[in-house]
Amino acid sequence: MKIRIHVSLKPGVLDPQGRAVHHALEGLGFAGVADVRIGRLIELDVADDTSDAALTDMCEKLLANTVIENYRIEKAAA
Amino acid sequence: MKSAVVTFPGSNCDRDMWTAMRDVSGREPVKVWHGDAELPDGLDFIALPGGFSYGDYLRSGAMAANSPIMRSIVAAAKRGVPVLGVCNGFQILTEAGLLPGALMRNAGQTFICRTVALKVENSQTMFTSGYAAGEEIRIPVAHHDGNYFADEETLDRLEGEGRVAFRYAESCNGSRRDIAGIVNAAGNVLGMMPHPERAIEDAHGGHDGRRLFESALAELV
Repeated sequence: MKIRIHVSLKPGVLDPQGRAVHHALEGLGFAGVADVRIGRLIELDVADDTSDAALTDMCEKLLANTVIENYRIEKAAA
Repeated sequence: MKSAVVTFPGSNCDRDMWTAMRDVSGREPVKVWHGDAELPDGLDFIALPGGFSYGDYLRSGAMAANSPIMRSIVAAAKRGVPVLGVCNGFQILTEAGLLPGALMRNAGQTFICRTVALKVENSQTMFTSGYAAGEEIRIPVAHHDGNYFADEETLDRLEGEGRVAFRYAESCNGSRRDIAGIVNAAGNVLGMMPHPERAIEDAHGGHDGRRLFESALAELV
């Protein structure tokens, strides 16, 4: 089973990397970009019987730092 | 007094830390490897040094926080054994849940490597008793991810409980409230981004870090 974990900074947490990329986009002449936030995509290939609880546990214990990050678990279509 | 310095793959300040602790205590610290399952018996002090453990994979300190030795270190810290985490060591302590908050990329995006002025906020901890409250000291910083973040409620609690040990005298890396070092609620765990082990003798640019080791290790002799 293919799983995608989307990790993103929580709203309100400053993202200096996103801000720098935002400036760079403006420098390239792209108008109308209101904000840029950079996150992380983690792809897992897990056993088909892996429970939702186990996936959540993986995110909470290691894949995301819930002090500063949110995560979203996406199961790829079979 | 029996102390230990933990080395993770990618630690690079472990020898400086070891030397500082040996010079101040007069006894050689035990060297502990990240893959060891158990700490040596009877440790009175544990130091987690700076560096780039596991290449900063995933997040700084995240992999080291889950390495075999950390389970024993968390247990020791909860028993009251003093633990000092410097730079990457601080990042590991937050990732392991021994200290609140997180250390994010510096607000200016650049690696900062220079000596900075720190204000000693609390001189009542076991690590800072050799300093005067409000004293300004000079300690080197060398980090890319030193931008301390915690939510407002946590920050207020840290301030209210006197758990901010050191603050940058001038804004350094974007840290919330210019926090450079904090202790846990019990006061036996200190995490700080600046490197006191790099400031223990004048030949290396200053000795303001020496009193931290004298404070912490003297209480244990």
